[in-house]
Amino acid sequence: MKKTYKLQGLDCANCARKMEDGIRKIEGVDEVQVNFLTQKLSLSASDALFEGILEKAIKVCRRVDPDCELLR
Amino acid sequence: MTRRQKRMLVRIAISAALLIACVLAPLHGIWRLLAFLVPYVWIGWDVLWKAARNIAHGQVFDENFLMALATVGALATEEYSEAVFVMLFYQVGELFQSYAVGRSRQSISKLLEIRPDYANLEKGADLEKVDPEKVQIGDVIVIKPGERVPLDGVVLEGRSSLDTMALTGESLPRTVEEGDDVVSGCVNQSGLLRVRVTRLFGESTVAKILDLVENAGSKKARAENFITKFSRVYTPLVVIAAILLAVVPPLFTGNWSEWKRALIFLVVSCPCALVISVPLSFFGGIGGASRDGILVKGGSYLETLARAEIVVFDKTGTLTKGVFNVTAIHPDKISEAELLELAAYAENYSDHPISHSIQQAYDRPIDVARVGEVEEVAGRGVRAVIDGKVVCVGNSRFMDELGVQWHPCHHIGTTVHVEVDGLYAGHLVISDELKPDAKEAIFGLKALGIQKTVMLTGDMRAVGEKVGRDLGLDEVHAELLPADKVDQVEQLLQKKSPGGALVFVGDGINDAPVLSRADVGVAMGGMGSDAAIEAADVVFMDDKPSKLSDAIRIARKTRSIVRQNVAFALCIKLLVMLLGAVGMANMWEAVFADVGVSVLAILNAMRALQAPRK
Repeated sequence: MKKTYKLQGLDCANCARKMEDGIRKIEGVDEVQVNFLTQKLSLSASDALFEGILEKAIKVCRRVDPDCELLR
Repeated sequence: MTRRQKRMLVRIAISAALLIACVLAPLHGIWRLLAFLVPYVWIGWDVLWKAARNIAHGQVFDENFLMALATVGALATEEYSEAVFVMLFYQVGELFQSYAVGRSRQSISKLLEIRPDYANLEKGADLEKVDPEKVQIGDVIVIKPGERVPLDGVVLEGRSSLDTMALTGESLPRTVEEGDDVVSGCVNQSGLLRVRVTRLFGESTVAKILDLVENAGSKKARAENFITKFSRVYTPLVVIAAILLAVVPPLFTGNWSEWKRALIFLVVSCPCALVISVPLSFFGGIGGASRDGILVKGGSYLETLARAEIVVFDKTGTLTKGVFNVTAIHPDKISEAELLELAAYAENYSDHPISHSIQQAYDRPIDVARVGEVEEVAGRGVRAVIDGKVVCVGNSRFMDELGVQWHPCHHIGTTVHVEVDGLYAGHLVISDELKPDAKEAIFGLKALGIQKTVMLTGDMRAVGEKVGRDLGLDEVHAELLPADKVDQVEQLLQKKSPGGALVFVGDGINDAPVLSRADVGVAMGGMGSDAAIEAADVVFMDDKPSKLSDAIRIARKTRSIVRQNVAFALCIKLLVMLLGAVGMANMWEAVFADVGVSVLAILNAMRALQAPRK
């Protein structure tokens, strides 16, 4: 399953890179892309684990930049 | 400017005024420090807060922390005005940067404005405004003048001209009427159209294009990957260098007062300018190209396109129109009209392009009752019973096999022979026309310094060579089967230099294997041909081969912008670090090397959006 979310307040390109690196390390993530320009996160992972992985991904984003919010 | 940015501007103005007041005030000792702390905290509280918070989250080397450390260090060495100024300048830079990024986001999203908001769905006698995603195949929608075509479909009623500018870059409107296909994303200019939807929104042309442009970032260019890897090591390295600079020289000299030189290193240690500007340049290049009707699926293809050295074209549908016309009728014993009629009747059931062109030349209804048994002979032609006579229509191989004496034709093109009851009746010549810009396309590539232009075709040698001569191509390989085309491309790939790239341009229909084998596969998309959009790396929305030189020009411009940005950012940072290490640079210059360079690099990257001049 691949889903795309808007990342509101993503205003640092280096943060976007750090988020991408961090999320890629989460177990079960097939593919992830944090696009700084379109302020979008696209995440693909297996359906069964998706919710759990998304929760972890949100935590990663919050750790890198607490002002950035994922809209779902 | 957003409200947040405006608030920041006010904060900057107030703290700048406070800073000037502090500098002028005749204060000493602890009072002087306290006075300077007012503008310092006023402008920098959020940086300090974020720094503290991010350390708690385990994000040590982030920008806020480095700025906090650098300015607190300056305060500790009683460089009060410098500390405030650095923080102020940093915030000004951040503001500029956020403004510049906002602007570039806007100009990019403008490119994506082809997304339709609604469709007027016909429900009985009423019209209902619905989300295009809710419309089903077979539904009837109405498109009023001035509205955007929301879904792909066929015109049932009405006549209008469509503005295809957003899709193809073509300024000439396209006229559509009953029975014509309309493509989503165009704007209806004049008349009311009733359209039967043929594709769901998710599969429509507009959805595909949007998806393609938005996800272009996932095919990262080598330069982007380099920057990502580089920035992973850059920050830690600079921070380590800063620590060494603070600790090592004093061990030998015993002079510990110069440790603040290390703070300069901390300020320039963020790779932001690179991390923002490189992907932004590629995004700009892709966006600019899409405005010209050239869809590039990712930065990496743009990068490869810039290195193009050999360009291989498919003939039919790429350099030629792919529309065959009967250009000569040479009967033997019977009249021209009779010959054409026989061919048209025999080929009536065939779906071959050649058959279509014969039908078109005949242009009269076929009386099906006159046609008896019909048999298609693969790769040869058709055998049909017409008015009780056995008629064979096909190529020279077919005639040889039938044992009929046939005449070769001096006209260049595809020759279709007709035989009636064992006797030769004559032949038709069918040929394809060159696209009006085919010559310009080859000329444009030569002007760009492309070393070799090659054409591959399944057609006869004589036809291929004539086209090659007319267009000034360097090499022509004719009479190729689809598999031979792959072999030819393999051979050409061996011949190119290691840094060069081979570009294949085809119409995307039969050449998927070649498209994927080439370094960059370019498809002449035609409007709404999804096979082409899927198979290729680059798609031209209008079928003009001359778009290739535009694409290469955009790719080269993007490449040079990326190079400029990388070189500029690294040189300035390195220079400031060197000067800082020997005590010749101050903190202000370091802040410029950080945020100032970012802003300049972003502005430079935005140039990629503008198509280069020819």
